[in-house]
Amino acid sequence: MAQYVHKEHVENDINTTKLSLQEKIFPFLYRYGTLLVILLTVIGFSLANDKFLSYQNFTDILRSVSIITLLAIGVTISLIVGGFDLSVGSTASLATVTSAAALVLYRQETIIAILIPIAIGLLVGLLNSFFVVKVRLPDLLATLAVMYIINGLHLTFTKGFSIYNNMPLSEGGTAPGVFLPSFLFIGQGEIWSVPVPVIIMLIAVIVVHVILQQTRFGRLLYITGGNEEAARLSGVPVQRYKMYAYLLSAFFATLAGILLAARIGTGQVSAGAPLLMDGVAAAFIGFSVFGAGKPNVIGTFVGAVLIGILLNGLTMLNVPYYAQDIVKGSILIGALAFMYYEKKK
Amino acid sequence: MTTLSLTSIQKSFGEQIVLKGVDFTVKSGEVHALLGANGAGKSTLMKILSGDYERDGGVITLDAEELTIKTPAHAKAAGIEMVVQEVDTALVSSLSIAENVTMNTFITGPAFFSWKKRYKVAQELLSRVGLSLDPAMPLSQCSLAEKQLVLIAKAISRNISFIILDEPTAALSTKEAQHLFSVLRELQKQDVGIIYISHRLPEIMELSTKVTVLKDGYVTLQKETSGCTSEEIVRSMLGNELVELLNDEEDRILGDTLLEVKQFSVPGTGETLSLSVREGEIVGVAGLVGAGKTETARALFGADPSKDSLYMKGRKVRISNPQKAISAGIGFVPEERRKEGILVDYNVVENLTLPVLKQFTKFGFIQRKREKTEAEKWIKQLGIKTQKSSLLLNHLSGGNQQKSSIGKWLLTDGDVFIFDEPTKGIDVGAKQDVFQCIKNLADNKKGVLYFTSEIQELLAFCDRILVIYDGKIAGELTKNEATTEKIMHYATGGHYGTVRS
Repeated sequence: MAQYVHKEHVENDINTTKLSLQEKIFPFLYRYGTLLVILLTVIGFSLANDKFLSYQNFTDILRSVSIITLLAIGVTISLIVGGFDLSVGSTASLATVTSAAALVLYRQETIIAILIPIAIGLLVGLLNSFFVVKVRLPDLLATLAVMYIINGLHLTFTKGFSIYNNMPLSEGGTAPGVFLPSFLFIGQGEIWSVPVPVIIMLIAVIVVHVILQQTRFGRLLYITGGNEEAARLSGVPVQRYKMYAYLLSAFFATLAGILLAARIGTGQVSAGAPLLMDGVAAAFIGFSVFGAGKPNVIGTFVGAVLIGILLNGLTMLNVPYYAQDIVKGSILIGALAFMYYEKKK
Repeated sequence: MTTLSLTSIQKSFGEQIVLKGVDFTVKSGEVHALLGANGAGKSTLMKILSGDYERDGGVITLDAEELTIKTPAHAKAAGIEMVVQEVDTALVSSLSIAENVTMNTFITGPAFFSWKKRYKVAQELLSRVGLSLDPAMPLSQCSLAEKQLVLIAKAISRNISFIILDEPTAALSTKEAQHLFSVLRELQKQDVGIIYISHRLPEIMELSTKVTVLKDGYVTLQKETSGCTSEEIVRSMLGNELVELLNDEEDRILGDTLLEVKQFSVPGTGETLSLSVREGEIVGVAGLVGAGKTETARALFGADPSKDSLYMKGRKVRISNPQKAISAGIGFVPEERRKEGILVDYNVVENLTLPVLKQFTKFGFIQRKREKTEAEKWIKQLGIKTQKSSLLLNHLSGGNQQKSSIGKWLLTDGDVFIFDEPTKGIDVGAKQDVFQCIKNLADNKKGVLYFTSEIQELLAFCDRILVIYDGKIAGELTKNEATTEKIMHYATGGHYGTVRS
């Protein structure tokens, strides 16, 4: 019992020990590190180039990240249920060419050119969930396979050629339809000098954030990813929630693809492929925002904005595009390193 | 003769101070038992000694020479090995037994190591722990008890002076535990110092030479085992609150049959069995590890669904998944708490309300205030010790986690509650709370199915005891006729004392 005598003494000792500098700084960086990097980057680029800090450039950045953000929302949702959707890039490509095909090759109205890719996108989502939920393939492998299949499908459909206004057809003549102005408005228009894609992105971010944080649906998505077996034994239909996640993931990828078609005004083949990695990077950087430590939409948005700011600023500083990937990779490492370091403790 | 001493060890995680200056000494050839309620700091202290955690303050000395233990490699170099509680985390189940036992040669041994020699070395080590298994067998085919011995064999493959065992008997049957004790005694004779963490007093009294009890990060008892009594140890573990062992003498009034199965096939065992539970009845289901308790419990709840239907209040229902079980009024507290029972990365509120989240949802939106108020009511009622209801379960002790795992079913207000080893790895105080909670259920006319290998618990408060052997009900005993011997007689297949394969 002798130890009891020292009790007060020891406790005082520990309480008065000042937190070391490291103990104070690390939690701060863990929570606000990403935001701090954004702030520093903005300041740095503003000093280097006086055109950087303007409303025009600001909306440019947001416009450029809008498509990546939509795609990244899908990736985020697949990460939330403990999965991983690698097929979002090719799903976006598929949506791009199907909406272009509907407009240019089949002379459809804008609404049809939006609904058809969404329907097809949801089929891709079903295919993913079939392999993951029913066949029980690991998420990464199933969606990797589907990525190839979808990529091949959309290339086969277009025979490898992009779809554009007045394109020559193999059976002679030119394509009957055109990209309608109402369709292009989705990608190029502005409402009160705010680009439409930015509005769509912000609405998507807010709506998905509210659904994930405030609704039962969102809670159960997170719970499914948190511990699938415990969730199942608590009566959560985990298989169904995984399916929902893959459907949503495909839906947002499709949305990104449609936006991309409307933005560039052609049905570019394989246009979605480079989006995949940026989307994944944004979702993972999002883990670190506000120290969330798990996939979340606000974080994903911040991650996408960070990538967008960097690319924009580096382009202004005439850094070649091929060197920009080095920066992207470093940011991703930085964000993840803090998260995992904190988790390990 | 070497002496390993830890002096005024301190450790805190964030604001929580876990160890507040602990002294602990173990000599070679000694079995030093380390006890304490969950959250007392036992595991933390041992993780510091084995290099898992770095200490904040204090000194570790080996024969008066100061040791720096910052990584597991440092501990190994000093001759300290740890046999962790979750043996699967320390072994590679896809490799053979031989490779696991001789794991250290992969790190320090020669680049080439013939299989013949590896098997031979493994065979020798296995025989030292009394295992007669084929070293070429994949580890994944071993039982839990065998894996534990494999882990000990791996530890003694080096010249060790000290070995730490963290609750090694938690999942072992009596027979398997006895075997482990004889292995430990053999090690003791070879002058190995053993640090033995356990909750089980009888085995500590039997095995150890010295006892240290931790409570809230302090040492509250440290003396020779021969000089102290069980009561003294329990008192030191719990402080001044005396344990009142549950003594449930009065007979409960039983109502109608709630749940009944006849020739119910259990997919996990491939056998069929019949059982029933009535209103206000606690039915204990006894059985050794591997007898098919968990498999049966999971089949009844639809976790591993059976092809047969069960009768709930006389109504035939087929439980093809857990959701069906829940809507039929069945709750299930699984054995593997952290893997199956709770979500460690979610807070107490979210864990408690999970099965009934719909009740707190309006137009799809969760009414957080109402959810929190209701959950906090239950936190109080269950006696879950947490600073605030928004604390992640990961930060709570095992006992409080278990209360959350049980508590979520109280919110569903079901009729039948299935418990699978609910007291596994929780301390005496939390056990009392769990027993009280189960008794309250019975008093409220609920039916309880209590699956466990802890015979004392069954004798303490079950109205009826069924004994499972090889997936079948081997015997049924009423409260008055049940004794440890009778239960063991059935649990070992009618030949008490013979070796189970």
